[in-house]
Amino acid sequence: MDYSQFGSMIPELIVLGIFMLVFLFDTFSNEKGKKILTPLTTILFALGTVAIWIVPASGEMVFGGMYINDTATNALKAILNVGVFIVFLQSSKWVESDEVAIRKGEFYELILVTLFGMYLMVSARHFLLFIIGLESASLPLAALVAFNKKHYESHEAAIKYIMTAVFSSAVLLAGLSFVYAFSGGSLYFDDIAITIGQGGMSGLLIIALAFVLAGIGFKLSLVPFHLWTADVYQGAPTAITSYLSVISKGAAAFAFFVIFVQCFGAVYSDAWEWMLYGVIILTITVGNLFAVRQKNMKRFMAFSSVSQAGYIMLGAMAADGLGLAGMMFYIFVYVVSNLGAFAVISTIEENTGKLDMDDYNGLHKTNPWLSFAMTLAMFSLAGIPPFAGFFSKILIFTSVTGSGSWALYMLVLIALINTIISLYYYLLVVKAMWISSEEPKIGSFSSACSNRVALWLCIAGIVFFGLVPYIYQYCYDAVRDSLAFLLIF
Amino acid sequence: MDITLPILILAIPITMFLVLGIGGVKMSHKLAGILGILGMGTTAVLAYIVAFTYFFSGDANFILDGVRQQYQVFDVTWLAFTQTLVVNIGFLLDPISAMMLVVITTISFMVHLYSWGYMEGEPGFQRYYAFLSLFSFSMLGLVVATNIFQMYIFWELVGVSSYLLIGFFYKLPSAVSASKKAFIVTRFADLGFLIGILLLSFYTDTFNFVDMTTNPEGVLASTGGATFMGASVLTWAMVLIFTGGMGKSAMMPLHIWLPDAMEGPTPVSALIHAATMVVAGVYLVARMFPVYCVVDAAMTFICVIGAITAFYAAVVACAQIDIKRILAFSTISQIAFMMVSLGVAYDKPIEGVHYSGLGYMAGMFHLFTHAMFKALLFLGAGALIHAVHSNNYTSMGGLRKYMPITHVTFLIGCLAIAGIWPFAGFFSKDEMLAAMFARHWFWGAWMTMVAGLTAFYMFRMYFLVFWWEENPHYKEHKPHDAPWQMSLPLIFLGAVSIVAGFIPFGELVTWNGEPYHIHIEAPVAATSLVVAVCAIALAAAMYMKKNALPTKVKNMCPALWTAAHRRFYWDEIYMFITHRIIFDIICKGIAWFDRHIIDATMDAFAKITQKTSYAIRGMQSGEIQSYVGWYIAGAVAVAAITWLCLI
Repeated sequence: MDYSQFGSMIPELIVLGIFMLVFLFDTFSNEKGKKILTPLTTILFALGTVAIWIVPASGEMVFGGMYINDTATNALKAILNVGVFIVFLQSSKWVESDEVAIRKGEFYELILVTLFGMYLMVSARHFLLFIIGLESASLPLAALVAFNKKHYESHEAAIKYIMTAVFSSAVLLAGLSFVYAFSGGSLYFDDIAITIGQGGMSGLLIIALAFVLAGIGFKLSLVPFHLWTADVYQGAPTAITSYLSVISKGAAAFAFFVIFVQCFGAVYSDAWEWMLYGVIILTITVGNLFAVRQKNMKRFMAFSSVSQAGYIMLGAMAADGLGLAGMMFYIFVYVVSNLGAFAVISTIEENTGKLDMDDYNGLHKTNPWLSFAMTLAMFSLAGIPPFAGFFSKILIFTSVTGSGSWALYMLVLIALINTIISLYYYLLVVKAMWISSEEPKIGSFSSACSNRVALWLCIAGIVFFGLVPYIYQYCYDAVRDSLAFLLIF
Repeated sequence: MDITLPILILAIPITMFLVLGIGGVKMSHKLAGILGILGMGTTAVLAYIVAFTYFFSGDANFILDGVRQQYQVFDVTWLAFTQTLVVNIGFLLDPISAMMLVVITTISFMVHLYSWGYMEGEPGFQRYYAFLSLFSFSMLGLVVATNIFQMYIFWELVGVSSYLLIGFFYKLPSAVSASKKAFIVTRFADLGFLIGILLLSFYTDTFNFVDMTTNPEGVLASTGGATFMGASVLTWAMVLIFTGGMGKSAMMPLHIWLPDAMEGPTPVSALIHAATMVVAGVYLVARMFPVYCVVDAAMTFICVIGAITAFYAAVVACAQIDIKRILAFSTISQIAFMMVSLGVAYDKPIEGVHYSGLGYMAGMFHLFTHAMFKALLFLGAGALIHAVHSNNYTSMGGLRKYMPITHVTFLIGCLAIAGIWPFAGFFSKDEMLAAMFARHWFWGAWMTMVAGLTAFYMFRMYFLVFWWEENPHYKEHKPHDAPWQMSLPLIFLGAVSIVAGFIPFGELVTWNGEPYHIHIEAPVAATSLVVAVCAIALAAAMYMKKNALPTKVKNMCPALWTAAHRRFYWDEIYMFITHRIIFDIICKGIAWFDRHIIDATMDAFAKITQKTSYAIRGMQSGEIQSYVGWYIAGAVAVAAITWLCLI
């Protein structure tokens, strides 16, 4: 075996390296040394993130075609890393709390392991590697969801998560076994693409597609595979919820695109275009309909993220280079906006323990900066110009309507109508904070420095990256330059 | 010329606006006032230096072979939309912009100084000075604009600062509605201005004044003889541009905002609504003069509008009680005078005679002198109002003994506006009338009549305020002259109003830069002098001592008096059109559509969302068995539906 092939896996090696360092430090350092674990991890991770942004991707297929890290996957990993960095910042006060402090090493290790798994999901070009990535991203997450050992909700959430995750893996594997049968014994994406191109449609393929869609749809919480989302998001510690809602979703969305466009691209208009069409409409609409009624902030964000996943999948609907670039940009904007909201929620939870929307009434009187940040995040999620969310929606909509078919225009129209509904519940939060005349229930407090940095990063992302086209250009160039997507551009 | 001074002229007022506007809350009134006055004083000195350099240095950039040149001190690209659609920001020096620099900074400085006394102790004193600085900045930017787009930007800025200053006493409902009225009416007129700019630049491919005015035939040719509704496109463009000027300069029928604008503080009326902003329309026509010259129809339009407005405003001024309203209508009338003067000035010879030099020069001359003596009159009126706390002459009378400085300076102003030798107004008015007579006897005769009316209503006010009968209230509350900050500007402007007529204006400002030698046209001068003296004598006979004659005259035709007093019902006509026709008929239909169609759709939308949301809540039961059930059912359903549809 040619070990130089590992040289292509720079992002994975970086994350693995950080993991090893954190693990060894956590295991062998004394009580005093553990105090610097949080800043150490955060700084190491920041350096790693910068390295992934800078180091160019090799773009070579390695390990016999099982793995590739080209510009597009590298760009996505960089975007995910930014998100994880913000999660680390916003959770750095929480991990020092009495209940968690003793296990904080585990928190970082588990997150890094799942991140490694997600990298594999994104870069895999063979279903076996993909499943390994998926599982190593799934199982540690259950442990993370149960991180609040003494909280009954946390346990319930973890059980619900692991059960549905196992079930969805089973369905996914069943689907893949059909694919395996279909392709005549190969699990390479390239081989499957060729055999499907030759074989055409069949009932078996439809079942296989539906099961794969369901399996990955579980990670993305697409409707009707989303039911675990609200309970898990609500029960999990807030830091984990924010991690679950953006990072794991971003990785799954990219993997979905790769699998469906590269593997099953030949039957796009015959089969899965319409499956996805229906699922997207359901996802956006049902997510919105549930979000309208929520009172708990984390549950509210859960349904908001269900609905947002539907918008992300519009990029897969476009199934071309512009769609992928739009999807990656949407993921980036979603990362900063959603994490901005979660940063506010977790700051308030840490300081006051309050999580209901009613508790936010009149927040601007006591915590104007937090209200401001939350307002920006809500505006961006709702897609109000001139914030980043508006541009990401515009770009992903235009990529979908690129082919000019009326059905896709209808899809965008439905998505637009849903944007109006989403405006209602996003503005409910803004209304509670700024307009409600009730006496504020949350007293004035000053948030931790790390939380502030996280918030400022999110605000900068929301405000600047809509107006400054740098990130979109970065995604666009990355997709254009990546060899794997050369054919679809 | 070095660009430092021109930039400073614009930079100091805007900096002052920012400093006083942002930091003013923390300052004492005294500090804010001193800062404002010093800033404006410095600007005035710089403007004098620039204007002096332009007129007298003899630099080849400014004067070449005895002809004054247009010189762009700087002209930088600001917004480049396309190759041809480029907006520049620059500083243009030519005779009229140099003259306007002097006028604006002088009056503005006087008003800054005067306000220190007049506005003393008013809440929002700092805000007031900030707005004055903003206005000065906008007005200076307007006059030095190198292109019509820059002018438009500053034009709107001037409108905004005027709005802010009229509504300065924002707790008075009348001030608020007056400021709204002024803004809406002028903004409505500016719509025409903007369309005119777009039309003109669409054909000429340029916004630049120098490009357009040095080659008016090229402008005419560029439209290629295109016509719209019987008139050439260029005529439409120039008339629409003039519409903007009509709004700002309060020409009929867009004059209705100016009398109401008197709700603002009196020094503001002196600065904005007498001397500077309201002449922006005249300045605009002067700026585009060579282009107007090639469009006969537009010139005639200007003449007719001006002549009607001048007469109308003069008649209305005879029947007003509020002294600021009298001055406001007098301003409208005098600006219309300038408009007619520009309108009769043609570039091309008619029946072998060139008319261009005189009318243009006289109009600009009158703009200059009028700014001085009208500001003087307004500031004098401010001193009167300050003393008796009322705007109406009915609360005044016999004030000459109590307020000698105000009395003398006010008299100077009245003599100047009536056109009595040797006061400033005599010279400029004489030139204007000469130009009008030279064009056609009708214009000359008509405007001489207006000049007579002017002398009459000004002295009617003068006598009623300073003579007539002493108001009994003086015994309780004795009126006295204003403090020095207010008297000083009165004395200065009074002195200027006496000597300004002797400035060799024709040597400095003419339409083509060549000097024009002013000579008094004896017949015209004599006629106008006789008319003015007769009018003053009539006013003296009626109003010097308390008598029953005015009431008798009024009762001869009470309907006419009431009509004039109510400004010939223009406001009522506007109210009828906006309320009865636009609001009641057109807007109600739109409102109904909005309520019952658009809102109802949105309501239904919201209701359906809520209902569905409630109906499907069972899906989220919290039971993991049912979750998995939904999951597998979903996966199978996706497969089944696709299968059914495709195979």
